[in-house]
Amino acid sequence: MSDIPKLERIASQVRRDIIRQVHGCQSGHPGGSLGNADLLTALYFDVMKHDPSFSMEGKGEDVFFLSNGHISPVFYSVLARSGYFPVEELATFRQINSRVQGHPTTHEGLPGIRISSGSLGQGVSVACGVAIAKRMDKDDRTVFVLTGDGEQQEGQIWEAALFAPHNKLENLVLIIDDNGQQIDGPTKEVLEVESFTEKYTAFGWDIMKMDGNNMAETVKVLKEAAAKRNGKPTCIVMKTEMGQGVDFMVGTHKWHGKAPSDEQTVTALDQLEETLGDYPDSAPSNN
Amino acid sequence: MLTLDKLQQTGKKATRDGFGAGLKAAGDKHDNIIMLTADLRGSMKSEDFINAYPDRFIQCGISEANMMGVAAGLATAGKIPMTTTFANFSTGRVYDQIRQSIAYSDKNVKICASHAGLTLGEDGATHQILEDIGMMRMLPGMTVINPCDYNQTKAAVQAIAEHHGPVYLRFGRPSWPIFIPEGQKFEIGKALHLNEGSDVSIFATGHLVWYAVEAARQLEKEGISVDLINIHTIKPLDEAAVIASAKKTGAVVSCEEHNKYGGLGSAIAECLSKNQPTRQEFVATDDTFGESGTAEQLLDKYGLGIKDIVAAAKKVVAAKRS
Repeated sequence: MSDIPKLERIASQVRRDIIRQVHGCQSGHPGGSLGNADLLTALYFDVMKHDPSFSMEGKGEDVFFLSNGHISPVFYSVLARSGYFPVEELATFRQINSRVQGHPTTHEGLPGIRISSGSLGQGVSVACGVAIAKRMDKDDRTVFVLTGDGEQQEGQIWEAALFAPHNKLENLVLIIDDNGQQIDGPTKEVLEVESFTEKYTAFGWDIMKMDGNNMAETVKVLKEAAAKRNGKPTCIVMKTEMGQGVDFMVGTHKWHGKAPSDEQTVTALDQLEETLGDYPDSAPSNN
Repeated sequence: MLTLDKLQQTGKKATRDGFGAGLKAAGDKHDNIIMLTADLRGSMKSEDFINAYPDRFIQCGISEANMMGVAAGLATAGKIPMTTTFANFSTGRVYDQIRQSIAYSDKNVKICASHAGLTLGEDGATHQILEDIGMMRMLPGMTVINPCDYNQTKAAVQAIAEHHGPVYLRFGRPSWPIFIPEGQKFEIGKALHLNEGSDVSIFATGHLVWYAVEAARQLEKEGISVDLINIHTIKPLDEAAVIASAKKTGAVVSCEEHNKYGGLGSAIAECLSKNQPTRQEFVATDDTFGESGTAEQLLDKYGLGIKDIVAAAKKVVAAKRS
């Protein structure tokens, strides 16, 4: 049985980590990170079977790929809070000589990262490759991949959308963060990509929907998707609010890639309970 | 030690046939080799592998970007994926996918590219990539290999299967002389000395190695002694071999089926300018696109013929002596 209140408390700390990472270097993407804090908390603290001692191959584990790499602060927070690397390292986010790069990368050897992402549209293809490898290896665990909704404008996404059902990748779960926002404004104004339900259904995917800012619903739907084996990949259309959890950031694209000031940071942190202990302000020494 | 006398044509087959044979041999040895293609299984001459290992073959359809990502995923899970399509669609079309999901992600993916260069022939310039070596050479951590005949391509495929890290393996379409002895050892990053000489160094890669052999025979008849070196691995370049030869001859010609910018000639010039500054002539395309024609017609028209190598060698030797 999932402990929803406990997961919500972890998500609160993850949101604090997001604000503090972006504030610390005055750079990064808080909006989408806050919106996905519940999803990544649910995956890493409840739904996925995974091992923080980390092996790249992830045999016998559920694996997660972040295709929209710009929401790295939420990914780094859940990885650190799950034990993949010291939480103190979050203070080095986007700073020189850090493993905690602006966008996630394997290149600096940060445990928990299996692919570099940032240039959009590539993660679903990678997840397809891992899903095929798991099937070849008779490893019945599930591959999760998250993309943004704006990211669905990339052509490679639709190559992968054709590929996964054709290859019956029933162990693949694609989650689309349908927050309706991208960097230049509302997605429906920049380049309409809806309806995901109709498009992915037409491509041969199973569709599920969830409110990605409702922890109980998120956990329930993710578990159903992970367990499902019916010859089809699953696409979860997940409604979230960009900036969820901080009143002056919620529901607008304006905080997509903008750091809060000192004053705004105090205001934001006042709204987010410290539940697991903040990491120290200063970055650990590299010496 | 090889010499011009030993480099006799023993047959004629395409380097892509060498790829197919090498893939089957590598697949026999490594059960984690997975072949992917983007609707070009026939062109890649890989039916022997596919028939032997149908479960290790992934048809991606005409979706090269997705193929590169799927390969990155397979490599993440411990497989050795070999992607196959034409060189143009293996590089230019998917540069960002290779850059982020493969090279920057340190994935053990082998990008196997046929129909490189002018010798693709009649399809014309849309398909004749002459920039691919440059693009792939620029990527940190990428190994770049351009074998010269059937035997060398077959050996190269088996060598890259043993090598951990991303590789760009470039080969071609036309039937081409086989002259590298069967069983000749293929060492990634190690130049293959084809003939000892003292007047001019000729460094050649890919199809133009055969032309360089023919050119060297003519030059030797005319009393010009040729140090002939096959650079099958353009990155990492065998700098010691390049420097030693240039030091010995003081005159250099580079030969490649590629633009003069960014390819083998550039790699040699970069090496020599800081270690052993040497006059160099570039037998390469002159910053141009190709066109339709037969392989031989195109190599002749674009200045990549045997006569062009001979002329370049004479020019650089004359410059040295003046």
